[in-house]
Amino acid sequence: MSKKVEDIDQVVIKFAGDSGDGMQLTGTQFSNTTAFIGNDLATFPDFPAEIRAPQGTVAGVSGFKIQFGSNRVFSPGDEADILIAMNPAALLANIDWIKDRGTIIVDSDNFKIKDFEKAGYKSNPLEDETLAGYNVIEAPITKLTKESVADCEIENKFRSRSKNMFALGIVYWLFSRPLKVTEDYLDVKFGKVPEIAKANKQALKAGYNYALTVELLPSSYKVKAASLPAGKYRSIMGNEATAWGLMAAAERADLNIFLGTYPITPASDILHELSKYKNFNIVTLQAEDEIAGICAAIGASFAGSLAVTSTSGPGLALKGEAIGLAMMTELPIVVIDVQRGGPSTGLPTKTEQSDLLQSVYGRNGESPVIVIAASTPSNCFDFAYMAAKLAVEHMTPVILLSDGFIANGAEPWKIKSTATMPDINPAFAEEGDADWSPYVRSEDKLNRTWAKPGTKGLEHRIGGLEKQAITGNVSYDPNNHEEMVKVRAEKVARVANFIPELEFNGDENADLLVVGWGGTYGGLHTAVSSMLTEEKSIAHAHFNFINPLPKNTAEVFAKFKKIVVCELNNGQFVKLLQSELPQFDYLQYNKIQGLPFSKGQLMQEFNNLIEA
Amino acid sequence: MEHLVKEELTFRDFETDQDVRWCPGCGDYAILKSVQKVMPVIGKEKEDIVFISGIGCSSRFPYYMNTYGFHTIHGRAPAFATGVKLANPNLSVWQVTGDGDALAIGGNHYIHVLRRNIDINILLFNNEIYGLTKGQFSPTSQTGIKTKSSPQGTVDRSFNPGKLALGAEANFFARVIDIDPKRMSEVMIESEKHKGTSLIEILQNCIIFNDKVFANVTAKDVKLDKQLWLKHGEPMIFGADQNKGIILNGLKLEVVTIGENGITEADILVHDAYCEDNTLHNMLISMAIPEFPVAFGIIRQVKGASFDENVWNQIAEEKTNAKFNSVDELMNSGVTWEI
Ligand SMILES: Cc1ncc(C[n+]2csc(CCOP(=O)(O)OP(=O)(O)O)c2C)c(N)n1
Ligand code: SF4
Ligand SMILES: [Mg+2]
Repeated sequence: MSKKVEDIDQVVIKFAGDSGDGMQLTGTQFSNTTAFIGNDLATFPDFPAEIRAPQGTVAGVSGFKIQFGSNRVFSPGDEADILIAMNPAALLANIDWIKDRGTIIVDSDNFKIKDFEKAGYKSNPLEDETLAGYNVIEAPITKLTKESVADCEIENKFRSRSKNMFALGIVYWLFSRPLKVTEDYLDVKFGKVPEIAKANKQALKAGYNYALTVELLPSSYKVKAASLPAGKYRSIMGNEATAWGLMAAAERADLNIFLGTYPITPASDILHELSKYKNFNIVTLQAEDEIAGICAAIGASFAGSLAVTSTSGPGLALKGEAIGLAMMTELPIVVIDVQRGGPSTGLPTKTEQSDLLQSVYGRNGESPVIVIAASTPSNCFDFAYMAAKLAVEHMTPVILLSDGFIANGAEPWKIKSTATMPDINPAFAEEGDADWSPYVRSEDKLNRTWAKPGTKGLEHRIGGLEKQAITGNVSYDPNNHEEMVKVRAEKVARVANFIPELEFNGDENADLLVVGWGGTYGGLHTAVSSMLTEEKSIAHAHFNFINPLPKNTAEVFAKFKKIVVCELNNGQFVKLLQSELPQFDYLQYNKIQGLPFSKGQLMQEFNNLIEA
Repeated sequence: MEHLVKEELTFRDFETDQDVRWCPGCGDYAILKSVQKVMPVIGKEKEDIVFISGIGCSSRFPYYMNTYGFHTIHGRAPAFATGVKLANPNLSVWQVTGDGDALAIGGNHYIHVLRRNIDINILLFNNEIYGLTKGQFSPTSQTGIKTKSSPQGTVDRSFNPGKLALGAEANFFARVIDIDPKRMSEVMIESEKHKGTSLIEILQNCIIFNDKVFANVTAKDVKLDKQLWLKHGEPMIFGADQNKGIILNGLKLEVVTIGENGITEADILVHDAYCEDNTLHNMLISMAIPEFPVAFGIIRQVKGASFDENVWNQIAEEKTNAKFNSVDELMNSGVTWEI
């Protein structure tokens, strides 16, 4: 019996279930396999803030969206072609985000009256009109999973646990994917409990065979490999890339990493990742709070380490005073803020770009620091590397902005070689320099030098009190203070001479320039590229350097008739642009829902703006 | 014949060219002098010594020490010191802090640095007042004290830095007095030798905002009767006539007179600073006038692994079973594919 195989080039799949159903693992496995066979992809994990929200309720739904294809993929997509809903709550939470005539695969064993009532349905959605117009596949996943593991020597309560693997097996068949990547993963993950590994593999296989055999599925699909540049690839997540970028920088600069931090969603994975690789002389201090985390890092910086602290918005607020001290004492430190929905505790597991103004301005006194932002999961590697380089060469704190969306998102990454990364030359002071003074500055960057304890003859004192130019001694002199404030500002402004210029994608002189920054790159790029193929007069410029701005920013802006600044906040970058480059008029497009931009909404908005 | 003679350092080598800006008569001067005298004998090169402080009158200290120094932010010195020591365990790290700095804003860091037992020395200048901000009460001020922020007298309870330290599992606690430089120096030398966090509480007179607050313990005419200087292995005897002692009566300490009521020297407690159990140390730290003398010297000195040592041992261990020798190796591991 052979089924029809259809070629398609772009698909969005959403895996959704209870937060205990293993949907993140399922999604990650599907992504890894999909990347492995050469598709380009982007993912979007979306999970509740509670570890175990009430089972079977919409609040407890955990989802994982992936878009993949044979062309370049820059965002996880809007509406799904296929939804895998493990229970009625997962169906209810996602039904508005399925394409017309999309496919919905449900675990029909979980649609008893108590199940759908708990989710909030009054009648069984599989039996009423709710799913009219969709291609619904009712699979008794729980029952079949139990049968598939009948011969495994595992506890009874584990027998239905592998149902996520059964569902994954169905989807693997649907898209003609091999099982091997996941089978290998299961062997490693459950190496110590082989029966559990066996049960999971059997469930996976059973799901695959079920899909192959039953008549419910009309055809399977083939998504050809994408034409990515040749090379060796792996899948990478944003937080992992951030950690590796720092490690690469430390190796190239010959510095030890010191991470002082306090756990917070969605930044904790940076701590987890760096803690795995202590063999690279990495010290990770899980401190008593965010303040201690950064202060210990600044202490380590004083002593000559590559200092890092990682946090999210609430933690950045706590670190403000210490960042000011690092700025004042001109010590290098990388401060990573993986932004989440604010204010206050806000939406801890959702994404937002609302810490930009806090990063640029959120400290007492005149306190400029470098602010840069990564814009894709994989380029977290490059910008973490860049943050470290700028910090130790310019002797200043650097705030690196990431966000929950790119931090947890994954994509294929053409593995970089550390040798191809730019050199890093920390500004160390040398023993035996008779003219050395703590606040003597270089001519080009205006940085002071880094004299670490242990260096003979360079004993000196620094601190948060205003210091005399050159000597660094405490000074209350009015003119000296003004001079020092200006020189610290100029030092950061001059970083513009050492960073790449702003580029844009699209037509020069287009009617509309779409401006974004940080983690919205994929969404904006996808929408603008689509409109470019429709020959719309549009272009896109995306900022990774926030403070200072790239030198040619005004030059780029001047080419376009209208500028729209798109942000996942209530308008923060636009405020910065209005004050830095007031000669331009800025339109705004803001979304503040804890969610990334959707391509459909963006295109509609941009079309309106072009026509207006 | 030529000899390579290691240059002998003196206290002058540790003075800086900065004007010392404490009020004339402030207890901080005597502490500075003692520290400058101790530095040449701790067996460290000048460049391997670091002074870290928070904010307060006392925290100006690093500016006056010709070593590496870092005057940081209010309350956070333990965290900075932790970072310095972890980054370079070869350094001799000294933290200088006040009672407000350490116990009010920095209370959280104070307990955690002691809990971790990182190998640094903490000099806690306790003047029972906020000096730098011109005289508000602190967490160690006696209840009822009238200050600018408590014109009617405080109704706050105070706490005892030593008891708090022991609650946080401190292994080394000593108490000294600003006007007793000899014994202060001896204790500092011991603290530097001790591996782990050493905490020295220094009763320091703020002549401007809390003058003579310790006079009933430190004044010449009372000091012998009001101070019990503890030495490991020696009986707890004190008093102008050296005939007073401390005994344990049930679960309580008691002051007795040798020769009265059949008490002999053999009945007096012998100080055991090395005892793991801190119950008795706690009781000694709690002793207060008028019922008791105040305990001074090294009250607790217990050996244990230091945090910095544990951290670097773990790193060394990780190196012996490392899966990857370079970041490139790591990035090329796991599931990869060629396009
Ligand atoms: C964040 C912050 N809050 C408040 C202050 C003001 N402040 C400076 S020192 C100090 C108290 C100092 O008291 P203590 O630590 O006992 O030091 P002393 O001056 O008595 O030596 C205060 C409240 C500050 N510098 N920073
Ligand atoms: S205010 Fe008190 S503690 Fe501060 S310098 Fe003057 S005397 Fe010393
Ligand atoms: Mg004080």
